[in-house]
Amino acid sequence: MSLGFLLRRLLLAIPTLVGVAVIVFVLLRIVPGDPIAMLIGPGATPADIQKLRELYGLDRGLLDQFVLYVGDLIQGDFGVSISLRQDVMELVLGRLPITLELCLAAIVIAILIGGTLAVAGVYWRGRWPEAGVDGVSGFILAIPDFLWALLFILFVVIFAFSGLPISGRLSHEIRFDALTNFYLLESLVRLRFDVFGSVLLHMLLPALSLALPLSAIIARVLKSSLNEAMTQDYVLLARVKGFSRIRIVAREALRNALVPTVTLTGVQFTFLVGGTVLVEKIFSYPGIGNMAIDAVINRDLPLIQGLVLTFAVLFIAVNLLVDMSYAVLNPRMRHG
Amino acid sequence: MFEMDRRGFLHITGGAAASAALGSLLFSTEAAAQMGKTLTVAYHLPVPSWDPTTGLSAVNPQLMSIYKSVFDQYVDQNPDLSFKPGLLTEWGWTDNKTKVRMKVRDDAKWHDGKPVTAADIIWNLQRVGDQKNGSPVAFIWGSLTNLKADGNVITGDVKVFMPDIFKWMGFLTAYVIPPHYYQQVGKAGFEKKPMGSGPFMVEEFQRGSFVRLKANPNYWGGKPAFETVVFKFVTDPAARVAEIESGRSDLTLNIPFEEFDRLKRKKGLVGVTTPVSDIAMIFFNDVGPMLDENVRKAAVMAVNKKAIVDRLLRGYGVPIDTLLVPQYTGYDASIKTPYDPKGAAALLAKSGYSRKKPVTFKIQTTRGYLAKDYEVIQAIVGMWRRVGIQAEIEVYEIAKHFELRAQDKLAPAAFYNWGNSIGDPATSVAHAMFGPSPHSTWDTKDLDAMIGPLFAEKDEAKRIEGYKKVNRYIAEKAYVLPLYQQVQPVIHKDSLVFKGHVANFVLPQAIKPKS
Repeated sequence: MSLGFLLRRLLLAIPTLVGVAVIVFVLLRIVPGDPIAMLIGPGATPADIQKLRELYGLDRGLLDQFVLYVGDLIQGDFGVSISLRQDVMELVLGRLPITLELCLAAIVIAILIGGTLAVAGVYWRGRWPEAGVDGVSGFILAIPDFLWALLFILFVVIFAFSGLPISGRLSHEIRFDALTNFYLLESLVRLRFDVFGSVLLHMLLPALSLALPLSAIIARVLKSSLNEAMTQDYVLLARVKGFSRIRIVAREALRNALVPTVTLTGVQFTFLVGGTVLVEKIFSYPGIGNMAIDAVINRDLPLIQGLVLTFAVLFIAVNLLVDMSYAVLNPRMRHG
Repeated sequence: MFEMDRRGFLHITGGAAASAALGSLLFSTEAAAQMGKTLTVAYHLPVPSWDPTTGLSAVNPQLMSIYKSVFDQYVDQNPDLSFKPGLLTEWGWTDNKTKVRMKVRDDAKWHDGKPVTAADIIWNLQRVGDQKNGSPVAFIWGSLTNLKADGNVITGDVKVFMPDIFKWMGFLTAYVIPPHYYQQVGKAGFEKKPMGSGPFMVEEFQRGSFVRLKANPNYWGGKPAFETVVFKFVTDPAARVAEIESGRSDLTLNIPFEEFDRLKRKKGLVGVTTPVSDIAMIFFNDVGPMLDENVRKAAVMAVNKKAIVDRLLRGYGVPIDTLLVPQYTGYDASIKTPYDPKGAAALLAKSGYSRKKPVTFKIQTTRGYLAKDYEVIQAIVGMWRRVGIQAEIEVYEIAKHFELRAQDKLAPAAFYNWGNSIGDPATSVAHAMFGPSPHSTWDTKDLDAMIGPLFAEKDEAKRIEGYKKVNRYIAEKAYVLPLYQQVQPVIHKDSLVFKGHVANFVLPQAIKPKS
């Protein structure tokens, strides 16, 4: 992959982001719901309401508002949240690391579960464990992430897992003056293993809820790719050389079967971020998904705009990373 | 010489990290067991902002419990909605209600130990009265001008007379923050580390997760019983049920009534229900069939509120006949709107409607925003159908409700929950029914002529009597359909002493361990 390719992709991201900004701005002005109507107190006169509109710049014409919005965006200013009266950029950047850590944990769990299921299915191909793997992945896939979340909460109550938290991100017994919101990473760097353990425990159930449906998809795609790889000549050669079956599946075939799975994982990451909206709400996990629900309910236009743009940047970045990973996984694509 | 390869290094560091993490988890559990004087509340809303005077959180009554734990209000409220001293020990009007006089208590201190002064109070009133600072109700505080301090006495002029201004001093946005600290740290700094003069101090705030409060040893109202209070923000009702059922939290609220009934029977848990100041109601809009008095009256008479409360809400509600509940000022128990389906059918017949030829209109409701909102409307539509009213249900989001209501474009009927924790008729019936109000949908001159003068009535007895007349008139004309007073279900461990508050507050300073 050349530098030119990377630059082209980055340049292409600009019109994409402009398009997203325009669409979200127009859509939000079309859908019903007036943020000021939700704010006004009893006894407000039309003049009081007008003053509130002026305060948030909503008294201007649509074109004026758009020009102002784009002008501010170019300067890196996402505006001020109507419902929270705080800087949108600060709010979003404060929550983004929380969701990113959760999604990464979910991806790792999904790859571990999905990968294990796929390798096990191929290893025992044609025997009853393969049917078991197919059945398990089918069952996992049939239940959406938010339902897994509710089921986990139910299990916690029924089986009284007293050490397993079901809300929040960090134990309230721990004091941690964080420098960033990447608690997992920061706690490791600062050797605060109490924080690391607490954050890990708090993200376990939400991450598992997000990971399970994805793990089933990974298992299916990877198993299919592995089965195809197992028919290739190099696998036959490995057999002739007397390699063990597990070595052939897990080391020889797996690497060549990974490209479709990586593509899929990259695409699914975007769905995973979407899934955080409900899962974070259920587990009171303070990421951008949770914030997005409140922003929509409150019709907080600047905050919704900021969140959508952040999601868009995230999706573009993930897709770019996926493209770059091809080059690492498949040497033939490095100069393609 | 000791040599380590890459794999060995990874094994050792990984093992060390895992041991440390496990050790820390065990320590956390042990530490938790030792924390006897901690009260943990699974609360249904997170604190979005620590500035309680601006933005949407400032006008959300459901956040008052947390704000009141950290910030003092000018005036405080008893559990029965009556008022008591807060930072003000005396308050009232002088000079034929053209001036105000307030006395600031001399024993209140900010959390940093500095005294709360009359100048601090004035700064707060002026700040929240200036719309530039983002208060959604700046017009209320802007009604007082020329505020001056003389010792601990504040005097000022009344620019616009508001009979309920002192009640507002115990209501939304009426929290007092320290000017010296706010000016020192700025808005962003205050959000990170808020300070007040209330019974608890913010020790740790994890946005969206929890806030841990420490008891204020210098609180003028006495040190609270719990040294530490944790509000965990658990927005999902199922998760709140799990929090209390698994013992992770000591108290929770706003859970489904079915779960409340199940949990209160469990050993070690106690259920408390309190009729609160919120009411469920159906707005009528003065359009289409609602202009026909017979249709409105029939729509009111055909609804069996008791059956709705008993069967749908499992008895957790109090049927009401006006927009006022018994704890509000000006409540008149003699105003009745009885359930009478036969009378309703007869009235509809007078206007030419019957079950075969029903009057038709739309009713709007949210679904899942309030407890059983959609189910209640389904039941009402069923009751209406039996007398000759065919209502079509439209489900919308609460944001759309506010927008349509502000534009006076709601459907002929629309379900809503009205909160009024200060219990004044002006903040309920007046703003809900006065045509020019952005919160009203009914807009007729007869009613406006009755309500309008009451906004400026200086004689309190006359004002309250006026509202009683307004309520009777509304009931006679069936301008609105009041349904029931909401009930707040609270579940707590039996090791606590908790009493419900009609204003729907769950105040940690009022909760004590059972001796």
